[in-house]
Amino acid sequence: MLADSDRIFQNLYGMRDRSLAGARARGCWDGTAEIIARGQDAIVEEVKASGLRGRGGAGFPTGLKWSFMPKEVKDRPHYLVVNADESEPGTCKDREIMRHDPHTLIEGCLIASFAMRANACYIYLRGEYVREKEALQVAIDECYDAGLLGKNAADSGWDFDLYLHHGAGAYICGEETALIESLEGKKGMPRLKPPFPAGVGLYGCPSTVNNVESIAVAPTILRRGAEWFKGFGRDNNAGTKIFAISGHVERPCVVEEAMSITLRELLDAHCGGVRGGWDNLKAVIPGGSSVPLLPKDLCDDAIMDFDWLRDQKSGLGTAAVIVMDQSTDVIKAIWRLSKFYKHESCGQCTPCREGTGWMMRVMDRLVTGDAEPEEIDMLLDVTKQVEGHTICALGDAAAWPIQGLIRHFRNEIEDRIKAKRTGKVSAIAAE
Amino acid sequence: MSDLKKIVIDGNEIEVDGAMTLIQACEEAGIEIPRFCYHERLTIAGNCRMCLVEVVGGPPKPAASCAMQVRDLRPGPEGQPPVVKTNSPMVKKAREGVMEFLLINHPLDCPICDQGGECDLQDQAMAYGVDMSRFKENKRSMDEIHLGPLIKTHMTRCIQCTRCVRFATEIAGVPEMGCTGRGEDAEIISYLNQALTSELQGNVIDLCPVGALTSRPYAFTARPWELRKTETIDVMDGLGANIRVDARGREVMRIMPREHADVNEEWISDKSRFVWDGLRRQRLDKPYVRGADGKLKPASWEAAFAAIAEKAKATAPEKIGAISGDLATVEAMFALKQLMTSLGVKNLDCRQSSAALPPTNPSAWLFNSGVAGVDQADVILLIGTNPRKESPVLNARLRRAWLNGAQIGLIGEQADLTYDYALLGSGPSAFNGFDQTEFFKALQAAERPLVIVGEGAAARPDGASVLGTAMQLAEVVGAVKEGWAGFSMLHPTAARVGGMAVGFVPHQNDDGALSDTPTGRDTLAILDGAKNGVIEMVYLLGADEIDMTKLDKAFVVYQGSHGDAGAMAADVILPGAAYTEESGLFVNTEGRPQLAAAATTPPGDARENWAILRALSGALGKPLPYNSLQALRAALWAAHGDLATLGVPMTAEWRPLPAGEMIPALFASPVDDFYFTNPIARASETMAELSKLAAARHTPMAAE
Repeated sequence: MLADSDRIFQNLYGMRDRSLAGARARGCWDGTAEIIARGQDAIVEEVKASGLRGRGGAGFPTGLKWSFMPKEVKDRPHYLVVNADESEPGTCKDREIMRHDPHTLIEGCLIASFAMRANACYIYLRGEYVREKEALQVAIDECYDAGLLGKNAADSGWDFDLYLHHGAGAYICGEETALIESLEGKKGMPRLKPPFPAGVGLYGCPSTVNNVESIAVAPTILRRGAEWFKGFGRDNNAGTKIFAISGHVERPCVVEEAMSITLRELLDAHCGGVRGGWDNLKAVIPGGSSVPLLPKDLCDDAIMDFDWLRDQKSGLGTAAVIVMDQSTDVIKAIWRLSKFYKHESCGQCTPCREGTGWMMRVMDRLVTGDAEPEEIDMLLDVTKQVEGHTICALGDAAAWPIQGLIRHFRNEIEDRIKAKRTGKVSAIAAE
Repeated sequence: MSDLKKIVIDGNEIEVDGAMTLIQACEEAGIEIPRFCYHERLTIAGNCRMCLVEVVGGPPKPAASCAMQVRDLRPGPEGQPPVVKTNSPMVKKAREGVMEFLLINHPLDCPICDQGGECDLQDQAMAYGVDMSRFKENKRSMDEIHLGPLIKTHMTRCIQCTRCVRFATEIAGVPEMGCTGRGEDAEIISYLNQALTSELQGNVIDLCPVGALTSRPYAFTARPWELRKTETIDVMDGLGANIRVDARGREVMRIMPREHADVNEEWISDKSRFVWDGLRRQRLDKPYVRGADGKLKPASWEAAFAAIAEKAKATAPEKIGAISGDLATVEAMFALKQLMTSLGVKNLDCRQSSAALPPTNPSAWLFNSGVAGVDQADVILLIGTNPRKESPVLNARLRRAWLNGAQIGLIGEQADLTYDYALLGSGPSAFNGFDQTEFFKALQAAERPLVIVGEGAAARPDGASVLGTAMQLAEVVGAVKEGWAGFSMLHPTAARVGGMAVGFVPHQNDDGALSDTPTGRDTLAILDGAKNGVIEMVYLLGADEIDMTKLDKAFVVYQGSHGDAGAMAADVILPGAAYTEESGLFVNTEGRPQLAAAATTPPGDARENWAILRALSGALGKPLPYNSLQALRAALWAAHGDLATLGVPMTAEWRPLPAGEMIPALFASPVDDFYFTNPIARASETMAELSKLAAARHTPMAAE
C-alpha cells in the first residue's frame, strides 16, 4: 500500500484545512518561485522524465504534450486549458481534488502555464459541479489575495491569470476540442484534427488541454523529483494515481494509490473487498464507462495500469473502477451505458449520430432477449463501423463497452435470447 | 508562395499544393471521392464521414479526406512521399458503414421524392452502398420546418450535412438557419421557423444533397430525365449569371445555375431561379392594332406592319423616337438602330433610366475591375448603389471580400447589405471634404482600391457630374493603375451595356460614328417631346420602365414578350420572344458578351425579335441587309469587334470625366422592389408572393 507520506493529495477526503494556510502547511506553494526559476525547458524535461501520462483517459505522456507548444510566443498568446469537465460515468476523482485540495491544482496551473509560456489559464468545470466551483473559486480568490496569482505570480516574475469557467453539463464538452468550442461560447462540438490545439486551439491560439489530475500532480513531481514519481508503478506506467471505486464493494471510495497495483489489492485494501467475497465478482469496468469490461477470470490477476489493461483490450481510462457482482444483469448494465452515449452524442458526424441510437436499440432487445442470435454479430459489426470513423472519440467510447460485453458475455446474451424463445434457461450447475 | 508536395494516391504519384485537402488532391489525380457535407465554396464541416480514405502509416483508422491537408501527412521513414489509398478494403468498409448509417433513418420514399434522379444519396448508395438493410428499428421522423414559398422541406430526409446552414451563414450572410438538438435528435431549423430573408435562398435547393430541401414551385411537376436542358444566360440583372433552363415541351419547368467562376460561381438569385412562371403568363402571342374605338384588337402581322408603315411614312424622322428595354438582345438593338438610322432617326436610347453614361467613354460605364476582381479589392467604396438588390450574387462576392478583410464604405441609401460598412453619407454632399476622411486615407493606402458606382448615382439630372466626381476620386486615390482597374459601374439590367456597346444612343453622326455630344433626343427628351407633341411616333423595344402617361398623344409601337406597361400604351403590338425563347447576345456589367440560347419556342404568333425587325424593315421599304441571325451577327461583329470574342470582357481605356456641380438630392437605388424589376418578373406569381413577404417584413409591428 502507498505510504501516506508518498500521497500527493494529502487532503483528498477534506478532513483537514482546505484553505490556503492549510494547503501551505501540507507543502503546497512551497518554493514555487524556485521551481519556475528553473526555466521552461527544465520543467518540461523533468515532467517528461517522471513518466507522467495524462490522467484524463488516453494516457498520452504529459511532458511530451507540453513540449508540442511553440517554443516562443509569437503573434498569438498561449493558453493552458484545464479539463475539469469530469463527466465520465463512474469517475469522481477530480472533484475531490477541486473541493478538498484545490491548491495543488492552482499551483499546477501556474507552473504548467509557465512551462508552456501561457499567461492565462482556463479551468473548464463540469456544469453539475456547483460546490466544486464554489470551493475552487474561493481558493483562486485566496491566491489572488496572497499574490500567488496575478502580476508577478508567487514572486516568480511570471504574470498569470486563472479563470474558472462553468460548463453547462454536456458530456461531449469533456472532449478537448469540444471543450475549446464551448469555452469560446459556441456549441460544444468537437473540431476536426489536425490542426491540433497546440497549433490552433482556444481562440485560434496555441493551447494545451490537460486533465485536472495531470496538472495537480505536477508541482509535487517537480518538488520531489522525477525519480521519486517514477519509483511507483511499472515501466511506462509511472506514478501515483487516484482511483475511484464504485459499485458492488463494501466501501466505495476514492483513493490515491501507486500505479500497477493489482485490482484485488486495490479492492481488498481500500474498499473492504467485493460485496459477498471475491468469488461473488462478476465483472469490472476498470477505467470509467468508455472502456471494455473485464470478466472475473481476468480480474483475478489484473494489474491496474495503462499497458496491462490495454493488453487485455480494455484500458485504464480515468481509473474509475466499476465493480459488478453476480447479482448484476451485465447486459442491462452495458445497455445503460449505450443509452448514455446515445443521449450524449453531439450529432455532428454520421456514424456516432446514427450508430449510438441504433446500438442502444439493439441493446434494448438484447436486454429483454427479443433478438435474433445473429444480431449479436450484427451489433458487433455496427460497433466496428462506428469505431474509428468519427471526428472525436465518443464514437469509440460508445462502441467499446458493447464490444467488451460481446467478447466476454456472449453466452449470457445467447442464453437470454434462447430463454425468451423457449421459456427454458440453459443448464446450470446446482451448487 | 508555392508549397508543392509529392503524394502517392492509389499508386500514382502526383505533385500538388500542400495547402490542398486530400479530396482536392484526389480530384487532381482523377479520383472521385464520395462526399455529402463537403462543398468547394463552403467551409469544411467534415461531418458526413463519407469521404474517408486510408492514409498509410498514419493511425490505424481512415481519415476524412475533406479535412486533411496534404502538408499534414507525414512522409515515410526514408522521406518517401505519403501514401493514400482510396480503394482499399478499409476504405470500402468505411464507406459502406457510413452509407448504412445515413440510410437507416432515411425514408425509402424515392418514388415520391423530387430529388429522385439527381440525388447524391441515391447515386452514392448505388455506387458505394450495400444491397440490404439490417436495421429493424423504426425510422426516425422529423417535424417539418417552414422555409417560405420557394423551398419545400421534408426534414425526415435530412442527413444533417449542414450545407444549407453554412450557405446561409457564410454566403448569403443571413445566419437564420442552424442545427439544434444533439445526437440523433439534431435537426436543421430556421430561426423562428420563418423563411430566410435572403435573395439567394434558392441555392440551398441545389446544395441539399438529398430531398430535404426541394423547389416548391417545381414540386412534383417533372423528373430530371424528362427535361431538355439548355445552357444559357440569365437576364434578371446585369451580372449575366450562367444558367441552365430545363424545359419540357414548350414549357420552362425550372432554371438552375451553371458554374462560371468569374461571374456567378455557382449561385443565382431567387429572381433568376424562380421567374419562370412569369414566362407563361401575360404573354403577347399575336400582333395587336388599336382600332378606331381606341381598343386593341388582334391583327395579322401584315396589318400590324402596314399600320406602322403608314405612320412612319407620314412622320418626319426627327419626330420619331426609339427606346430599347432592359431585356433586349444586342442583335435586336443593333437591327433596330440600323433600321432607325436608315429612316434618318437619331432619337435612340437604350437607357430607360436616363443614366448619364458617356457613349464614347466605356471606362465610365463598365465594371472595369471585373466581377472576379472584387475578390482582390482591399478597400471598396460603393456610391449610389444597393448591390444586394441590384445584383445579389455580386453582393455575395462583396461579402466574401469583407469576410477576407476588405473594408467597405457606402455613399448612398443605408440598407442591410449582409456585411458591415461605413456609411459615409447619403448624397453628393458626402464628397465635400471627403479627402479629409479616414476612409479616403484607407482608399489611398489600399493596394487595390475599388470604387463601385451604381446606376442610382448616374440616373439623375446631375448624373454626369456625379460620375465625373467618382471617376476623379478613383483617379486621386490611384485606383486605376497598371494591372488594376479600380473603377466599376454596376448595372442592374441585362441590356444596358449591350445597348451602349452597339451605340443605341442619341449620339449618331451622319457618318455612322458616335459623337461626344447628343445629336438626338435621349429617353427623357423623347418622352417630354411626345408629351408636348414634338415627337409623334415612339418605337418601344421591350421598354416598360418609362413614364407611359407621357406617350398618350404619340403613336406607340411596342415590340416585346409581355403585356405590361408598354403594351398598354401601344397602338401597335408586335409579339416577341422572351429570353428563353431566342438565341441572343447579352453583355454583362463588366462588358462580357455571352450567348443566350433558345430553350423553347415563342408562344403563338410571337417571333424572334431580330426577325420581327427584319420583316418590319421590308414593310418600311428599307430592308435590313441580312436574312439570317448568322448574317446579322456577322454584320454586328464586323461593326463591333469587341463583342465577337464571346466570354471575354471588353476593355476600356481609362479616361476620367471631369467633376461638376451636383444637386443635393440623396442617392437612391434604381431597384425599388427587387422582385418586380422587369415585365417577366411582374408576371410571375412567385415573385409577387416574395415581394409581398419582403414588404411585410419591413412593416413595423406594434409591440403588444
